[in-house]
Amino acid sequence: MSAPGSQSSVVPDERPALGETGNDPLVLLELIQRLKVRDVMTSDLVTLPRAASMQQAQELMRQKKISGVPVEENGRFFGLVSIDDIIRALVAGTIHESCGRHMTTKLVVLEDDMPLSFALRYFDRYHYGRFPVLNRDRRLVGIICQRDINRALLVELTRELHRLESDSVQQGGDGGAGSLYLLREFPICKYDFENAGKAANQIKQVLQEKKFPPKVIRRIAVAAYELEINLCVHSDGGVLSWQVSNGRAEVIARDAGPGIEDVEWACRDGTSTANEWIRSLGFGAGMGLVNVRRVSDEFEITSKKSSGTTVKSVIYIEGMPS
Amino acid sequence: MTLDALITACGWVPVLVPDPVADVSGAYVSDLLSDVMAHCPDGAVLITVQNHVNTVAVCTLVGAPAIVIVHSRDIPEEMRAAALREGVALLRTPDDQFHAALKIGTALGIEKEET
Repeated sequence: MSAPGSQSSVVPDERPALGETGNDPLVLLELIQRLKVRDVMTSDLVTLPRAASMQQAQELMRQKKISGVPVEENGRFFGLVSIDDIIRALVAGTIHESCGRHMTTKLVVLEDDMPLSFALRYFDRYHYGRFPVLNRDRRLVGIICQRDINRALLVELTRELHRLESDSVQQGGDGGAGSLYLLREFPICKYDFENAGKAANQIKQVLQEKKFPPKVIRRIAVAAYELEINLCVHSDGGVLSWQVSNGRAEVIARDAGPGIEDVEWACRDGTSTANEWIRSLGFGAGMGLVNVRRVSDEFEITSKKSSGTTVKSVIYIEGMPS
Repeated sequence: MTLDALITACGWVPVLVPDPVADVSGAYVSDLLSDVMAHCPDGAVLITVQNHVNTVAVCTLVGAPAIVIVHSRDIPEEMRAAALREGVALLRTPDDQFHAALKIGTALGIEKEET
């Protein structure tokens, strides 16, 4: 159970993991070294004993909206029932049999005092949705999934950015946009429609607080929203960043894939690769990049198939109260 | 015109009205959220079939005070919660988009406006 690599479905990924390229921001590298798996994992666990039926596991997963249930008794970890296990049991007609019989027991596990960078490498290497976490006594103490990591990094990065922003604004003074310096970054997850638009809304609120002209706010909000939605709909996830300094606002969307084959085509009005499901939600009309370009004073897009896309929108700030 | 006056004039179901005296200056009809972002004027009510949280996000960004969901479509709890949080009103009507817009136009007296 404990030996990494004991599972057979390992799919190598050609893209480097976070912290492996040497190009990641220093603050991020420090965070993934400083944070331990125990700081990030979910420790409020929902578990089942070995005698529970696979149907009970299925019902628990449905109720709690989780994709795997650890099987443990008195802290001793025996295995994990995943959605794959449930599907196999449904197909084989063994859904009424015990979890102990049909759970996955050949598992890669993490230890709670490992640095987060270790967990990131495991996610990158093994492509599993979650890893059980054991303590030094080999007892189950938590479970960690990508969502836990995203949430923890977001909280820590926001804290760090607040500190940086507070320092920057103090240095820049509160005069016109020429001296104002603001910088924020928002991680955007693929298909996270529940949170889509929140980054743009936060940007708008900050600009309103700083009394930017309404027309400028609208243009920046349009650029931020469209780029945020593009990251959510079309990328494998990325970062939306914006900054205001020296009389200009820059909104930048960066992702690590999958890249755009024909950038010129993608920037045409009405062209989109979005599927029917995305379109049914009111997205994917092929207007996003067109809208960004329309509100921008400067617009740049660079993309390479399989290595990601960067879109930069620059908006000149005029009419700030002095 | 205030939102509560518009609701009375149009005879719609007010699902959620955080600010009854919010000013309404017009309406915009669209089911494409990028189109709303590009063209919906500040102060216009959005008439749409899109009954989800992202519609609320878009309305917050463009300054639309209310969303009119047509064809009496259900309004999910997440959308209500988002609208309450953002101060965007939610209204529901059995009307289609055309008749909903017509009612707002009549209430605001803009059917006589020259184009």
